Amino acid sequence: MESSCDETAVAIYASDRGLLAHRVYTQADLHEIWGGVVPELASRDHVRRVTPMIRQVLADAGLAVPPRAGPGPGPGGRGPGGAPRSPVDGVAYTAGPGLVGALLVGAAVARGLAYAWGVPAVGVHHLEGHLLAPLLEVDPPAFPYLALLVSGGHTMLVDVEGLGRYRVLGESLDDAAGEAFDKTAKLLGLAYPGGAKLARLAESGREGRFEFPRPMLDRPGLDFSFSGLKTAALVAIAGSERENGRPLDEQGRADLARGFELAVVDTLVAKTVRALDAGAGRYRSVVVAGGVGANRRLRERLAAAARARGVEVHYPRPEFCTDNAAMIAFAGHARLAAGETTDLRVLARARWPIEELAPPGATPSQ
Amino acid sequence: MREPERVTCDLPDADATAALGGALARALCAEAPGHAFLVLDGDLGAGKTTLARGFLAALGVAGAVRSPTYTLLESYEAAGRPVHHLDWYRLGGWDDLENLGFRDLQTAPNWLLVEWPERVPEVAAAADLAVRLRHAPAGPAAGRCAELVAGTAAGRRLLRRLAADSGLG
Repeated sequence: MESSCDETAVAIYASDRGLLAHRVYTQADLHEIWGGVVPELASRDHVRRVTPMIRQVLADAGLAVPPRAGPGPGPGGRGPGGAPRSPVDGVAYTAGPGLVGALLVGAAVARGLAYAWGVPAVGVHHLEGHLLAPLLEVDPPAFPYLALLVSGGHTMLVDVEGLGRYRVLGESLDDAAGEAFDKTAKLLGLAYPGGAKLARLAESGREGRFEFPRPMLDRPGLDFSFSGLKTAALVAIAGSERENGRPLDEQGRADLARGFELAVVDTLVAKTVRALDAGAGRYRSVVVAGGVGANRRLRERLAAAARARGVEVHYPRPEFCTDNAAMIAFAGHARLAAGETTDLRVLARARWPIEELAPPGATPSQ
Repeated sequence: MREPERVTCDLPDADATAALGGALARALCAEAPGHAFLVLDGDLGAGKTTLARGFLAALGVAGAVRSPTYTLLESYEAAGRPVHHLDWYRLGGWDDLENLGFRDLQTAPNWLLVEWPERVPEVAAAADLAVRLRHAPAGPAAGRCAELVAGTAAGRRLLRRLAADSGLG
Protein backbone atom coordinates (compact mmCIF):
# COMPACT_ATOMS: atom_id res chain seq x y z
CA MET A 1 0.00 0.00 0.00
CA GLU A 2 1.41 3.36 -1.03
CA SER A 3 0.02 6.74 0.02
CA SER A 4 3.06 8.92 0.70
CA CYS A 5 1.99 11.86 -1.45
CA ASP A 6 -0.82 12.29 -3.93
CA GLU A 7 -1.07 8.77 -5.33
CA THR A 8 -3.20 6.09 -3.69
CA ALA A 9 -1.88 2.72 -4.85
CA VAL A 10 -2.37 -0.94 -4.02
CA ALA A 11 -0.54 -3.95 -5.47
CA ILE A 12 -0.17 -7.66 -4.84
CA TYR A 13 3.10 -9.48 -5.37
CA ALA A 14 3.65 -13.25 -5.15
CA SER A 15 7.16 -14.57 -4.63
CA ASP A 16 6.59 -17.39 -7.14
CA ARG A 17 4.42 -15.64 -9.71
CA GLY A 18 5.55 -12.04 -9.57
CA LEU A 19 3.23 -9.07 -9.68
CA LEU A 20 -0.41 -10.21 -9.69
CA ALA A 21 -2.22 -6.88 -9.80
CA HIS A 22 -1.65 -3.21 -9.20
CA ARG A 23 -3.63 0.00 -9.40
CA VAL A 24 -2.79 3.68 -8.96
CA TYR A 25 -5.15 6.53 -8.45
CA THR A 26 -3.60 9.97 -8.79
CA GLN A 27 -4.93 13.19 -7.33
CA ALA A 28 -2.92 15.24 -9.83
CA ASP A 29 -6.01 16.76 -11.44
CA LEU A 30 -7.43 17.74 -8.07
CA HIS A 31 -4.14 19.40 -7.17
CA GLU A 32 -3.81 21.21 -10.47
CA ILE A 33 -6.81 23.30 -9.45
CA TRP A 34 -5.05 24.26 -6.22
CA GLY A 35 -1.58 24.71 -7.68
CA GLY A 36 0.13 21.91 -5.77
CA VAL A 37 -0.33 19.09 -3.33
CA VAL A 38 -2.59 20.22 -0.53
CA PRO A 39 -1.80 17.90 2.38
CA GLU A 40 -5.27 17.80 3.89
CA LEU A 41 -6.86 17.25 0.50
CA ALA A 42 -4.38 14.42 -0.12
CA SER A 43 -5.24 12.67 3.17
CA ARG A 44 -8.98 12.95 2.68
CA ASP A 45 -8.79 11.59 -0.83
CA HIS A 46 -6.64 8.64 0.29
CA VAL A 47 -9.28 7.77 2.90
CA ARG A 48 -11.97 7.74 0.21
CA ARG A 49 -10.00 5.68 -2.31
CA VAL A 50 -8.11 3.12 -0.32
CA THR A 51 -10.72 0.53 0.69
CA PRO A 52 -12.50 0.19 -2.66
CA MET A 53 -9.08 -0.02 -4.29
CA ILE A 54 -7.97 -2.89 -2.03
CA ARG A 55 -11.12 -4.85 -2.94
CA GLN A 56 -10.60 -4.12 -6.62
CA VAL A 57 -6.95 -5.20 -6.62
CA LEU A 58 -7.77 -8.42 -4.74
CA ALA A 59 -10.41 -9.15 -7.38
CA ASP A 60 -7.97 -8.28 -10.20
CA ALA A 61 -5.51 -10.79 -8.72
CA GLY A 62 -8.19 -13.49 -8.52
CA LEU A 63 -7.93 -13.63 -4.73
CA ALA A 64 -10.81 -13.96 -2.30
CA VAL A 65 -12.32 -10.59 -1.55
CA PRO A 66 -13.31 -10.48 2.13
CA PRO A 67 -17.04 -9.87 2.66
CA ARG A 68 -18.10 -6.34 3.42
CA ALA A 69 -18.40 -5.61 7.11
CA GLY A 70 -21.99 -6.09 8.21
CA PRO A 71 -23.82 -6.24 11.52
CA GLY A 72 -21.99 -8.94 13.45
CA PRO A 73 -19.87 -11.79 12.14
CA GLY A 74 -21.30 -13.14 8.93
CA PRO A 75 -21.09 -16.69 7.64
CA GLY A 76 -18.10 -17.86 5.65
CA GLY A 77 -14.83 -16.09 5.03
CA ARG A 78 -13.67 -16.74 8.56
CA GLY A 79 -10.74 -18.86 9.61
CA PRO A 80 -10.14 -20.71 12.84
CA GLY A 81 -10.81 -18.61 15.91
CA GLY A 82 -13.21 -16.36 14.06
CA ALA A 83 -10.52 -14.27 12.33
CA PRO A 84 -11.27 -13.47 8.70
CA ARG A 85 -9.16 -15.69 6.45
CA SER A 86 -6.36 -13.66 4.89
CA PRO A 87 -6.05 -13.50 1.12
CA VAL A 88 -2.34 -12.60 1.52
CA ASP A 89 0.64 -13.73 3.61
CA GLY A 90 1.67 -10.24 4.68
CA VAL A 91 0.97 -6.55 4.19
CA ALA A 92 3.59 -3.94 3.26
CA TYR A 93 2.97 -0.23 3.46
CA THR A 94 4.96 2.92 2.79
CA ALA A 95 6.06 4.16 6.22
CA GLY A 96 7.90 7.26 4.94
CA PRO A 97 9.21 9.67 3.95
CA GLY A 98 6.26 11.75 2.80
CA LEU A 99 3.35 13.86 3.97
CA VAL A 100 2.44 12.56 7.39
CA GLY A 101 -1.33 12.83 6.98
CA ALA A 102 -1.18 10.94 3.71
CA LEU A 103 1.23 8.29 5.03
CA LEU A 104 -0.97 7.65 8.06
CA VAL A 105 -3.93 6.64 5.90
CA GLY A 106 -2.07 3.84 4.11
CA ALA A 107 -0.15 2.83 7.24
CA ALA A 108 -3.23 2.62 9.47
CA VAL A 109 -5.27 0.68 6.93
CA ALA A 110 -2.41 -1.71 6.15
CA ARG A 111 -1.53 -2.27 9.80
CA GLY A 112 -5.20 -2.78 10.67
CA LEU A 113 -5.78 -5.25 7.85
CA ALA A 114 -2.69 -7.26 8.76
CA TYR A 115 -3.88 -7.42 12.38
CA ALA A 116 -7.40 -8.48 11.39
CA TRP A 117 -6.08 -11.05 8.95
CA GLY A 118 -3.49 -12.36 11.42
CA VAL A 119 -0.53 -11.83 9.09
CA PRO A 120 2.67 -9.80 9.55
CA ALA A 121 3.03 -6.21 8.39
CA VAL A 122 6.16 -4.36 7.34
CA GLY A 123 6.80 -0.62 6.92
CA VAL A 124 8.76 0.16 3.76
CA HIS A 125 10.93 3.18 2.89
CA HIS A 126 9.41 4.87 -0.16
CA LEU A 127 12.78 5.39 -1.85
CA GLU A 128 13.77 1.76 -1.29
CA GLY A 129 10.72 0.97 -3.40
CA HIS A 130 11.97 3.24 -6.19
CA LEU A 131 15.53 1.86 -5.99
CA LEU A 132 14.31 -1.73 -6.28
CA ALA A 133 11.55 -1.09 -8.86
CA PRO A 134 13.68 -2.30 -11.82
CA LEU A 135 13.80 -5.73 -10.15
CA LEU A 136 10.11 -6.08 -11.01
CA GLU A 137 11.00 -6.31 -14.70
CA VAL A 138 12.16 -9.32 -16.68
CA ASP A 139 15.95 -9.20 -17.02
CA PRO A 140 16.54 -7.30 -13.75
CA PRO A 141 19.93 -5.69 -13.02
CA ALA A 142 22.36 -7.56 -10.75
CA PHE A 143 23.73 -6.04 -7.52
CA PRO A 144 25.64 -3.84 -7.10
CA TYR A 145 24.16 -1.20 -9.38
CA LEU A 146 24.15 2.56 -9.61
CA ALA A 147 20.75 4.26 -9.28
CA LEU A 148 19.89 7.74 -10.48
CA LEU A 149 16.75 8.72 -8.63
CA VAL A 150 15.14 11.81 -10.18
CA SER A 151 11.69 13.03 -9.22
CA GLY A 152 9.87 16.10 -8.01
CA GLY A 153 11.16 15.63 -4.50
CA HIS A 154 14.51 13.91 -5.03
CA THR A 155 17.66 14.00 -7.11
CA MET A 156 20.25 11.50 -5.94
CA LEU A 157 22.86 9.03 -7.09
CA VAL A 158 22.79 5.91 -4.93
CA ASP A 159 25.04 2.88 -4.75
CA VAL A 160 22.71 -0.12 -4.37
CA GLU A 161 24.68 -3.01 -2.99
CA GLY A 162 21.69 -5.15 -2.05
CA LEU A 163 18.40 -5.08 -0.15
CA GLY A 164 18.80 -2.47 2.59
CA ARG A 165 22.37 -1.56 1.57
CA TYR A 166 22.28 1.93 0.09
CA ARG A 167 24.93 4.63 -0.03
CA VAL A 168 24.06 8.13 -1.24
CA LEU A 169 26.90 9.22 -3.54
CA GLY A 170 25.50 12.63 -4.40
CA GLU A 171 22.29 14.60 -4.16
CA SER A 172 20.76 17.96 -4.94
CA LEU A 173 21.89 20.72 -2.62
CA ASP A 174 18.70 22.71 -3.28
CA ASP A 175 15.89 22.08 -5.78
CA ALA A 176 15.24 18.57 -7.09
CA ALA A 177 15.43 18.11 -10.88
CA GLY A 178 11.68 17.53 -11.15
CA GLU A 179 11.05 20.63 -9.07
CA ALA A 180 13.25 22.68 -11.43
CA PHE A 181 11.15 21.35 -14.33
CA ASP A 182 7.89 22.24 -12.55
CA LYS A 183 9.03 25.73 -11.56
CA THR A 184 10.54 26.63 -14.93
CA ALA A 185 7.32 25.39 -16.54
CA LYS A 186 5.46 27.86 -14.31
CA LEU A 187 7.76 30.67 -15.52
CA LEU A 188 6.77 29.70 -19.08
CA GLY A 189 3.11 30.04 -18.13
CA LEU A 190 2.35 26.30 -17.86
CA ALA A 191 0.05 25.17 -15.05
CA TYR A 192 1.90 23.87 -11.97
CA PRO A 193 3.16 21.13 -11.76
CA GLY A 194 4.05 21.34 -15.44
CA GLY A 195 7.37 19.49 -15.76
CA ALA A 196 6.01 16.92 -18.19
CA LYS A 197 4.30 19.67 -20.22
CA LEU A 198 7.62 21.52 -20.43
CA ALA A 199 9.28 18.37 -21.80
CA ARG A 200 6.53 18.13 -24.45
CA LEU A 201 7.02 21.79 -25.37
CA ALA A 202 10.78 21.17 -25.68
CA GLU A 203 10.10 18.55 -28.38
CA SER A 204 9.40 21.31 -30.90
CA GLY A 205 12.16 23.56 -29.58
CA ARG A 206 15.39 24.37 -31.38
CA GLU A 207 18.73 23.61 -29.80
CA GLY A 208 21.18 26.45 -29.29
CA ARG A 209 18.81 29.41 -29.24
CA PHE A 210 18.93 29.58 -25.42
CA GLU A 211 22.01 28.40 -23.56
CA PHE A 212 21.62 27.54 -19.88
CA PRO A 213 24.42 27.01 -17.37
CA ARG A 214 25.32 23.44 -16.35
CA PRO A 215 25.28 23.83 -12.56
CA MET A 216 28.10 22.21 -10.54
CA LEU A 217 29.70 20.50 -13.53
CA ASP A 218 32.87 22.48 -12.97
CA ARG A 219 33.09 21.27 -9.37
CA PRO A 220 34.27 17.84 -8.26
CA GLY A 221 31.86 15.46 -6.60
CA LEU A 222 28.45 14.11 -7.41
CA ASP A 223 26.13 16.72 -5.90
CA PHE A 224 23.60 18.67 -7.96
CA SER A 225 22.16 22.18 -7.79
CA PHE A 226 19.21 23.24 -9.90
CA SER A 227 17.77 26.31 -8.17
CA GLY A 228 19.89 28.75 -10.23
CA LEU A 229 18.26 27.58 -13.48
CA LYS A 230 15.11 29.53 -12.58
CA THR A 231 17.05 32.80 -12.64
CA ALA A 232 18.70 31.78 -15.91
CA ALA A 233 15.23 31.16 -17.39
CA LEU A 234 13.93 34.50 -16.10
CA VAL A 235 16.92 36.37 -17.51
CA ALA A 236 16.44 34.64 -20.88
CA ILE A 237 12.72 35.45 -20.97
CA ALA A 238 13.24 39.10 -19.99
CA GLY A 239 16.17 39.48 -22.39
CA SER A 240 14.17 38.16 -25.30
CA GLU A 241 11.23 40.42 -24.48
CA ARG A 242 13.49 43.46 -24.39
CA GLU A 243 15.18 42.50 -27.65
CA ASN A 244 11.99 41.82 -29.56
CA GLY A 245 9.68 44.28 -27.87
CA ARG A 246 7.09 41.54 -27.24
CA PRO A 247 6.64 38.44 -25.10
CA LEU A 248 8.14 35.11 -26.21
CA ASP A 249 6.03 33.49 -28.94
CA GLU A 250 5.19 29.78 -29.00
CA GLN A 251 8.40 28.85 -30.86
CA GLY A 252 10.45 30.97 -28.46
CA ARG A 253 8.91 29.24 -25.45
CA ALA A 254 9.63 25.86 -27.05
CA ASP A 255 13.24 26.90 -27.73
CA LEU A 256 13.64 28.00 -24.14
CA ALA A 257 12.12 24.76 -22.85
CA ARG A 258 14.56 22.86 -25.07
CA GLY A 259 17.58 24.79 -23.76
CA PHE A 260 16.47 24.27 -20.16
CA GLU A 261 15.80 20.56 -20.62
CA LEU A 262 19.20 20.06 -22.24
CA ALA A 263 20.96 21.76 -19.33
CA VAL A 264 19.22 19.52 -16.76
CA VAL A 265 19.71 16.35 -18.81
CA ASP A 266 23.37 17.11 -19.55
CA THR A 267 24.01 17.70 -15.86
CA LEU A 268 22.26 14.49 -14.79
CA VAL A 269 24.08 12.45 -17.44
CA ALA A 270 27.49 13.99 -16.70
CA LYS A 271 27.22 13.29 -12.96
CA THR A 272 25.97 9.75 -13.57
CA VAL A 273 28.90 9.10 -15.90
CA ARG A 274 31.24 10.55 -13.29
CA ALA A 275 29.82 8.10 -10.71
CA LEU A 276 30.22 5.18 -13.14
CA ASP A 277 33.82 6.16 -13.82
CA ALA A 278 34.55 6.63 -10.11
CA GLY A 279 33.17 3.12 -9.56
CA ALA A 280 35.93 1.81 -11.82
CA GLY A 281 34.06 -1.25 -13.06
CA ARG A 282 31.93 -1.76 -9.91
CA TYR A 283 28.70 -1.14 -11.83
CA ARG A 284 27.51 -3.19 -14.76
CA SER A 285 24.10 -1.55 -14.63
CA VAL A 286 22.71 1.87 -14.01
CA VAL A 287 19.09 2.21 -13.01
CA VAL A 288 17.00 5.32 -13.56
CA ALA A 289 14.02 5.73 -11.25
CA GLY A 290 11.56 8.49 -10.39
CA GLY A 291 9.18 10.54 -12.53
CA VAL A 292 11.90 12.44 -14.43
CA GLY A 293 13.18 9.02 -15.53
CA ALA A 294 10.34 9.05 -18.06
CA ASN A 295 12.01 11.99 -19.87
CA ARG A 296 12.85 10.86 -23.40
CA ARG A 297 15.94 13.00 -23.87
CA LEU A 298 17.40 11.83 -20.56
CA ARG A 299 16.87 8.23 -21.63
CA GLU A 300 18.57 8.76 -25.01
CA ARG A 301 21.60 10.60 -23.67
CA LEU A 302 22.13 8.26 -20.77
CA ALA A 303 21.78 5.18 -22.97
CA ALA A 304 24.46 6.51 -25.32
CA ALA A 305 26.86 7.44 -22.50
CA ALA A 306 26.39 4.10 -20.74
CA ARG A 307 26.75 2.07 -23.94
CA ALA A 308 30.11 3.72 -24.55
CA ARG A 309 31.21 2.30 -21.17
CA GLY A 310 29.74 -1.15 -21.62
CA VAL A 311 27.13 -0.47 -18.92
CA GLU A 312 23.45 -1.41 -19.26
CA VAL A 313 20.72 1.11 -18.46
CA HIS A 314 17.58 -0.22 -16.76
CA TYR A 315 14.32 1.66 -16.48
CA PRO A 316 11.25 0.52 -14.67
CA ARG A 317 8.23 0.71 -17.00
CA PRO A 318 6.78 4.26 -16.98
CA GLU A 319 4.00 3.52 -14.48
CA PHE A 320 6.63 2.25 -12.03
CA CYS A 321 8.80 5.37 -12.48
CA THR A 322 6.19 7.46 -10.70
CA ASP A 323 4.73 6.55 -7.32
CA ASN A 324 3.13 3.11 -7.27
CA ALA A 325 2.46 0.21 -4.90
CA ALA A 326 4.09 -2.52 -7.01
CA MET A 327 7.51 -1.34 -5.85
CA ILE A 328 6.34 -1.24 -2.22
CA ALA A 329 4.85 -4.74 -2.51
CA PHE A 330 8.13 -5.94 -4.00
CA ALA A 331 10.38 -4.36 -1.35
CA GLY A 332 7.98 -5.43 1.42
CA HIS A 333 7.86 -9.01 0.16
CA ALA A 334 11.67 -9.14 0.13
CA ARG A 335 11.82 -7.91 3.74
CA LEU A 336 8.98 -10.14 4.95
CA ALA A 337 10.57 -13.15 3.22
CA ALA A 338 13.77 -12.41 5.16
CA GLY A 339 11.79 -12.46 8.40
CA GLU A 340 11.46 -8.74 9.04
CA THR A 341 8.20 -7.41 10.47
CA THR A 342 7.06 -4.13 11.95
CA ASP A 343 5.21 -4.38 15.24
CA LEU A 344 1.68 -3.18 15.95
CA ARG A 345 2.65 0.48 15.78
CA VAL A 346 1.36 2.43 12.82
CA LEU A 347 4.74 3.57 11.52
CA ALA A 348 4.76 6.89 9.64
CA ARG A 349 7.89 9.02 9.33
CA ALA A 350 7.77 12.30 7.42
CA ARG A 351 11.57 12.35 7.19
CA TRP A 352 13.67 9.23 7.03
CA PRO A 353 17.22 9.33 5.56
CA ILE A 354 17.66 6.30 3.33
CA GLU A 355 21.12 5.57 4.70
CA GLU A 356 19.45 4.67 8.02
CA LEU A 357 18.09 1.52 6.37
CA ALA A 358 19.71 -1.83 7.02
CA PRO A 359 19.29 -5.26 5.49
CA PRO A 360 16.63 -7.44 7.18
CA GLY A 361 18.00 -9.07 10.30
CA ALA A 362 20.80 -6.49 10.74
CA THR A 363 20.59 -3.64 13.25
CA PRO A 364 16.93 -2.88 13.91
CA SER A 365 16.06 0.41 12.24
CA GLN A 366 12.57 0.60 13.59
CA MET B 1 16.26 57.10 18.05
CA ARG B 2 13.04 55.78 16.59
CA GLU B 3 13.38 52.23 15.46
CA PRO B 4 13.06 51.74 11.73
CA GLU B 5 9.94 50.08 10.32
CA ARG B 6 11.34 49.54 6.88
CA VAL B 7 14.74 49.15 5.22
CA THR B 8 15.49 48.68 1.53
CA CYS B 9 18.62 47.64 -0.32
CA ASP B 10 19.78 46.67 -3.80
CA LEU B 11 21.14 43.21 -4.42
CA PRO B 12 23.20 43.25 -7.63
CA ASP B 13 23.78 39.48 -7.73
CA ALA B 14 23.12 36.17 -6.01
CA ASP B 15 26.12 36.63 -3.70
CA ALA B 16 24.59 39.87 -2.42
CA THR B 17 21.28 38.10 -1.79
CA ALA B 18 23.06 35.36 0.17
CA ALA B 19 25.03 38.02 2.07
CA LEU B 20 21.79 39.72 3.12
CA GLY B 21 20.60 36.36 4.45
CA GLY B 22 23.87 36.06 6.38
CA ALA B 23 23.57 39.57 7.81
CA LEU B 24 20.01 38.82 8.89
CA ALA B 25 21.17 35.65 10.65
CA ARG B 26 23.93 37.51 12.49
CA ALA B 27 21.51 40.23 13.60
CA LEU B 28 19.14 37.53 14.84
CA CYS B 29 21.96 35.83 16.76
CA ALA B 30 22.87 39.17 18.36
CA GLU B 31 19.27 39.84 19.41
CA ALA B 32 18.78 36.15 20.30
CA PRO B 33 14.99 36.14 20.71
CA GLY B 34 13.57 32.87 22.08
CA HIS B 35 11.16 32.68 19.17
CA ALA B 36 11.34 34.42 15.80
CA PHE B 37 9.00 34.30 12.83
CA LEU B 38 10.45 35.61 9.57
CA VAL B 39 8.70 35.51 6.21
CA LEU B 40 10.34 35.71 2.82
CA ASP B 41 8.27 36.64 -0.18
CA GLY B 42 9.02 37.12 -3.86
CA ASP B 43 8.23 35.50 -7.19
CA LEU B 44 9.78 32.30 -8.54
CA GLY B 45 13.45 33.01 -9.16
CA ALA B 46 13.51 36.12 -6.97
CA GLY B 47 16.22 34.61 -4.78
CA LYS B 48 14.30 33.28 -1.77
CA THR B 49 16.25 30.00 -1.69
CA THR B 50 19.53 31.89 -2.13
CA LEU B 51 18.70 34.19 0.79
CA ALA B 52 17.60 31.22 2.92
CA ARG B 53 20.85 29.42 2.13
CA GLY B 54 22.91 32.46 3.18
CA PHE B 55 20.79 32.75 6.34
CA LEU B 56 21.19 29.10 7.34
CA ALA B 57 24.89 28.97 6.43
CA ALA B 58 25.56 31.96 8.72
CA LEU B 59 23.74 30.10 11.52
CA GLY B 60 26.21 27.27 11.06
CA VAL B 61 24.19 24.86 8.93
CA ALA B 62 26.71 22.90 6.85
CA GLY B 63 25.81 20.94 3.75
CA ALA B 64 22.69 20.90 1.62
CA VAL B 65 19.87 23.39 2.16
CA ARG B 66 17.21 21.47 0.32
CA SER B 67 14.20 23.24 -1.06
CA PRO B 68 11.21 22.68 1.22
CA THR B 69 8.73 23.03 -1.66
CA TYR B 70 7.91 19.32 -1.80
CA THR B 71 8.63 18.40 1.81
CA LEU B 72 6.86 21.56 3.16
CA LEU B 73 9.29 21.72 6.08
CA GLU B 74 13.05 21.26 6.49
CA SER B 75 14.32 21.40 10.06
CA TYR B 76 17.80 22.20 11.34
CA GLU B 77 19.52 22.45 14.70
CA ALA B 78 21.45 25.71 14.46
CA ALA B 79 22.66 28.48 16.77
CA GLY B 80 21.64 26.20 19.65
CA ARG B 81 17.96 25.93 18.75
CA PRO B 82 15.60 24.40 16.22
CA VAL B 83 15.43 26.44 13.01
CA HIS B 84 12.62 25.51 10.63
CA HIS B 85 12.59 26.40 6.93
CA LEU B 86 9.06 26.17 5.53
CA ASP B 87 7.51 26.61 2.10
CA TRP B 88 3.79 27.33 1.90
CA TYR B 89 3.66 27.29 -1.91
CA ARG B 90 1.60 24.11 -2.05
CA LEU B 91 -0.72 24.90 0.82
CA GLY B 92 -4.37 25.68 0.25
CA GLY B 93 -4.90 27.72 3.39
CA TRP B 94 -4.99 27.95 7.13
CA ASP B 95 -6.36 24.45 7.80
CA ASP B 96 -3.37 22.94 5.99
CA LEU B 97 -1.09 24.77 8.43
CA GLU B 98 -3.10 23.30 11.30
CA ASN B 99 -2.49 19.84 9.85
CA LEU B 100 1.23 20.56 9.56
CA GLY B 101 1.31 21.33 13.28
CA PHE B 102 2.24 24.96 12.65
CA ARG B 103 0.45 26.12 15.80
CA ASP B 104 2.93 24.06 17.83
CA LEU B 105 5.88 25.49 15.89
CA GLN B 106 4.58 29.01 16.41
CA THR B 107 4.50 28.72 20.17
CA ALA B 108 7.76 26.78 20.65
CA PRO B 109 11.25 28.17 21.24
CA ASN B 110 12.56 28.17 17.67
CA TRP B 111 13.23 30.39 14.66
CA LEU B 112 10.97 30.08 11.63
CA LEU B 113 11.77 31.14 8.08
CA VAL B 114 8.75 30.86 5.80
CA GLU B 115 8.69 31.14 1.99
CA TRP B 116 5.48 31.94 0.07
CA PRO B 117 3.78 33.49 3.15
CA GLU B 118 1.09 35.01 0.91
CA ARG B 119 -0.53 31.58 0.64
CA VAL B 120 -1.79 31.99 4.22
CA PRO B 121 -1.79 35.77 4.73
CA GLU B 122 -3.74 35.74 7.99
CA VAL B 123 -0.98 33.71 9.68
CA ALA B 124 1.87 35.51 7.90
CA ALA B 125 0.56 38.81 9.27
CA ALA B 126 1.94 37.84 12.70
CA ALA B 127 5.55 37.69 11.41
CA ASP B 128 8.22 39.69 13.22
CA LEU B 129 9.88 40.59 9.96
CA ALA B 130 8.94 40.33 6.29
CA VAL B 131 11.67 40.25 3.64
CA ARG B 132 10.36 41.10 0.18
CA LEU B 133 12.53 40.27 -2.81
CA ARG B 134 11.73 41.89 -6.14
CA HIS B 135 13.41 41.93 -9.52
CA ALA B 136 15.33 45.13 -10.26
CA PRO B 137 13.32 47.51 -12.47
CA ALA B 138 15.77 46.86 -15.34
CA GLY B 139 14.96 43.11 -15.26
CA PRO B 140 16.23 39.97 -13.53
CA ALA B 141 19.71 40.24 -15.06
CA ALA B 142 20.17 43.54 -13.20
CA GLY B 143 19.69 41.87 -9.83
CA ARG B 144 17.10 42.21 -7.11
CA CYS B 145 15.79 44.74 -4.61
CA ALA B 146 15.00 43.79 -1.06
CA GLU B 147 12.59 45.49 1.27
CA LEU B 148 12.56 44.48 4.93
CA VAL B 149 9.47 45.42 6.92
CA ALA B 150 9.12 44.95 10.69
CA GLY B 151 5.77 43.70 11.95
CA THR B 152 6.44 43.60 15.70
CA ALA B 153 8.61 45.34 18.31
CA ALA B 154 11.04 42.41 18.11
CA GLY B 155 11.15 42.86 14.34
CA ARG B 156 11.97 46.56 14.75
CA ARG B 157 14.84 45.74 17.12
CA LEU B 158 16.11 43.19 14.62
CA LEU B 159 15.92 45.69 11.79
CA ARG B 160 17.78 48.35 13.80
CA ARG B 161 20.53 45.85 14.58
CA LEU B 162 20.75 44.80 10.94
CA ALA B 163 20.88 48.40 9.73
CA ALA B 164 23.57 49.34 12.25
CA ASP B 165 25.76 46.30 11.64
CA SER B 166 25.58 46.10 7.88
CA GLY B 167 25.20 49.76 6.94
CA LEU B 168 21.79 49.20 5.38
CA GLY B 169 18.97 51.65 5.39
